[in-house]
Amino acid sequence: MSAAPPRKLKVATTSLAGCFGCHMSLLDIDERLFPLLDKIQFDRSPLTDIKHCGKCDIGIIEGGVCNAENVRVLQEFRANCRILVAIGACAVTGGLPAQRNHLDLGLCLQEVYETEPSLSKGCIPDDPELPLPLDKVHPLHEVVKVDYFIPGCPPSADAIWSFLTDLIAGRTPRLGHGLISYD
Amino acid sequence: MTEANSLETDRTPGLKRVVIETLSRVEGHGKVTLLLDEEGHVRQARLHIVEFRGFEKFIQGRPYWEVPVMVQRLCGICPVSHHLAASKAMDLVVGVDQLTPTAEKVRRLMHYGQILQSHALHFFHLSSPDLLFGFDSDVARRNIVGVAAAHPDLARRGVLLRKFGQEVIRVTAGKRIHGTGSVPGGVNRSVPPAERRTLREQCTQVIEWSREAVHLVKRLFEQNLEQYRDFATFPSHSLALVRADGAMDLYHGGLRALSAGGETLFDHADYCEYWERILEDVKPWSYMKFPFLRELGPEDGWYRVGPLTRVTGCDFIPSPLAEQERRDFLAFDNGSAARATLGFHWARMIEMLHAAEVIASLLADDDVCGDDLMAYGERRRRGVGVIEAPRGTLIHHYRVDEHDQVVRANLIVSTTHNNEAMNRAIRAVARRYLDGRTLTEGLLNHIEVAVRAFDPCLSCATHALGKMPLAVELADADGNVIDSLRRDGG
Repeated sequence: MSAAPPRKLKVATTSLAGCFGCHMSLLDIDERLFPLLDKIQFDRSPLTDIKHCGKCDIGIIEGGVCNAENVRVLQEFRANCRILVAIGACAVTGGLPAQRNHLDLGLCLQEVYETEPSLSKGCIPDDPELPLPLDKVHPLHEVVKVDYFIPGCPPSADAIWSFLTDLIAGRTPRLGHGLISYD
Repeated sequence: MTEANSLETDRTPGLKRVVIETLSRVEGHGKVTLLLDEEGHVRQARLHIVEFRGFEKFIQGRPYWEVPVMVQRLCGICPVSHHLAASKAMDLVVGVDQLTPTAEKVRRLMHYGQILQSHALHFFHLSSPDLLFGFDSDVARRNIVGVAAAHPDLARRGVLLRKFGQEVIRVTAGKRIHGTGSVPGGVNRSVPPAERRTLREQCTQVIEWSREAVHLVKRLFEQNLEQYRDFATFPSHSLALVRADGAMDLYHGGLRALSAGGETLFDHADYCEYWERILEDVKPWSYMKFPFLRELGPEDGWYRVGPLTRVTGCDFIPSPLAEQERRDFLAFDNGSAARATLGFHWARMIEMLHAAEVIASLLADDDVCGDDLMAYGERRRRGVGVIEAPRGTLIHHYRVDEHDQVVRANLIVSTTHNNEAMNRAIRAVARRYLDGRTLTEGLLNHIEVAVRAFDPCLSCATHALGKMPLAVELADADGNVIDSLRRDGG
């Protein structure tokens, strides 16, 4: 009698203030995606139509925290994911979007929405459907507890693959020489 | 037109709000809201771009040579398009009007690799589940994992086509995502001969698979003719780059705008003066602007960009297999597919085939391994770079001061051009499929199917800044409030 197949781990992923480059790098594992799908099941992710993160084993988040909506999504992930992973420069440090941290938001708004020469008529968007931007872009660990950090812009597919296969097998992930980058 | 405008400005109190948040299987962040009256009739339907990042502002003060590498971070899905649009702008800043043959061909190779990988991703990973299983099929199955289970060969081809495009990018840009291959005035490497051989060996297979993907979309149209022809379809002006002889060219050319009826509004316009042709409006409910053709004004001047406008707007495609498919596409059912919103998918696969053919011919050219990489000229203060990104016309515009620092940047990204068109598609679907009905998940997915047809790269479209009348508290891992903010709106 054969043993029941092992339960698939549930994995949720999302992008906050990021560019989806880390998700693209995850897809860059190419055909290794198929054996991975034998071991995991995607919950909320840009690849599925699940809109809210359910109870998950692993949560993977790219992008920093730049508005109220990002805070809400991040807290939902933390509450539901046993292990939370900050992936890529934006999630780990704020990344390139954090370059706005030393700027005055009001001046930025005026320039982009009111004074840019190619505008016909400008106004500053103010609809309640748009979430409040934060003054600063924050890395994830300033908002919730994070279990693992994978640096890089983005981390390579091999780094993500190595990390996930270790984690799924129950080993402590260790990225060896050549797999860690800080670009 | 009047009806659509009244929907947009409806402020009747007491309407029921339905929100689709977050839009999934699209390339970025956005949400759709619907306002319904007591009988469930749709009074308003809007696509909101809810995030900002501020690239136009924080690029200022950086040295110009950093820009082609920095701005890629607008988008991890089509970073090469931003890399090259910025490079083209900075070519002008360093006084280079003509690249060396090697630089031009290596950049083209990089760009067509980008087109191929992004189109494969968009079709196979994001949109094919709707088309293969039905718009309101089981939500658990409606994703690439479901496709892999039901059509393993197809899913595998999608993954391998994308992989090939990414490999073309890696050997030309140095890295699959956020590479550094292109620099103002040229490129910093050519294609290593061993990598060229490896890629060439795969071209026949990639072209064949791309051709079969075109035929797959054609079969879907044949099997669901009425739905595919009519879904979210409406007349629209269009904009795209074309080569001097009218051929499709995704790397360089002049701007051509056509009216909904196919008349030429302008042709071979110099993109360095794009503001003579295009202006932008802002609406209070989206961070994404609304561009329009200046001569027609904001009410009538909105237009579409992307695969559909390029395939239908060019005079011919300069590669034989894709040109044959273009003719079949235009002739299908008296041109119905060429006008349909879901025709974007068919056109996208024709472009993927074209990209595969272009890559094969560039890899056959010894120039891609040449060593004359850089051209030089006299410094200028302004540069505009325009390219046809996977999602459509992409405009980068910079001013650089005498200290080499960027002092002004304006970016009109591809998805922004389609903003009004996507809102109209949403309204059309809401009225046709949702009006007066009980809203189920499957029915609501029809809205997302319409958005997905356009190649929305909402990631790129969120580069501006805003402030809203809301309050938020930011707490650390122990629950201590570390930031709190309250605003009364702009």
